[in-house]
Amino acid sequence: MNTRDLALRISDFSSFEGYQFDCQPIPGDTEVLQITLTDYEELPAFVSVTDTQILCITYLFTQDEVRSGSKAEMMEEMLELNIPMPLSSFAKLGDRYVIFGALAINSSIEDICHEIITLTENAVESIDALEEFLI
Amino acid sequence: MSILKKIMTAVRGGAREMGELVVDANGTRIFEQEIKDAQAHLQKAKHDLTDVMAKQMQASRQVKTLQGEIAEHEAYVTQALDKGDENLALEIAEKISQLEVDLAEQQQVHDTFANHVTRLKVLVKKTERQIKDYERQLSMVKTTESVQKASAAITDNFSSSNSKILSAKDSLDRIKKRQQDNFDRLAAAEELESENSDKSLSDKMKAAGIGEETTNASSVLDRIKAKRS
Repeated sequence: MNTRDLALRISDFSSFEGYQFDCQPIPGDTEVLQITLTDYEELPAFVSVTDTQILCITYLFTQDEVRSGSKAEMMEEMLELNIPMPLSSFAKLGDRYVIFGALAINSSIEDICHEIITLTENAVESIDALEEFLI
Repeated sequence: MSILKKIMTAVRGGAREMGELVVDANGTRIFEQEIKDAQAHLQKAKHDLTDVMAKQMQASRQVKTLQGEIAEHEAYVTQALDKGDENLALEIAEKISQLEVDLAEQQQVHDTFANHVTRLKVLVKKTERQIKDYERQLSMVKTTESVQKASAAITDNFSSSNSKILSAKDSLDRIKKRQQDNFDRLAAAEELESENSDKSLSDKMKAAGIGEETTNASSVLDRIKAKRS
């Protein structure tokens, strides 16, 4: 399955688990799909498909947004939250903190939709939880 | 050096173009070639294995046949001795000793094949593990590559569409405000609904003459009359 198939199949769902999806392909070397949930437009999930897995990433904040001096404490907190947080994990990409979920390449479309919803909800929850560390 | 370690070193080195350092196309190609070689190796080993297993089975059948023949001839010796024919018994015994030589030879052939099978089975398992390991490493490399390209595409898209990425706090505030708005709207709708149902109830009560009665001329007159007396 490539990102285009995925976009088509997600668009077939008018709504899933009470959410509506908006899919937009992003051009580039690797095809990436930007998927937003209604009412969560600020935190889009970016989905890319590799040979072995489907990766869903949501950007949380840049390292510039982290209150100076509280980086270490915040990262400790993130490690502690990683396991309780369902299906998603914290990570860092360049200067951005992200959360992501990885799915097997043969996951069902329902699994992928569920993953994206959970990822978005986790993103809101985790920014809320880590707010004290942010400018 | 393990792949993860290479990736870590590249990240520590602040490599912007990590792709070039860790996952250069050449490196990926070498990996893919190694996997292909290992797969060819595995294919050959499996082919050899089936050949040798077939030969082992043949040898094993041969051994069984010879064992059967020996048992048969031993019975003949007993029969010859029972009949008192010592010479014939000796002749049959000679045949048995011949068969026993054949059996020993066949047994050795069988054992050699059996050893070979064991060795090839180990080799197949080892190669399969090797391939799995290569594939796992290749997948790490490719994922790193893909994520880098994806995040480059995302960043480009942000800058080309001129949409400023909101800070996390602003995003959170907006989402929370929207959730509050939705909640308020829902609450307002509920309130309206309940007001409507209150009103329709009181209308029904009035129609039925229940509850507070509206004043009319006659009731006013009655009240004033009552005050006068």
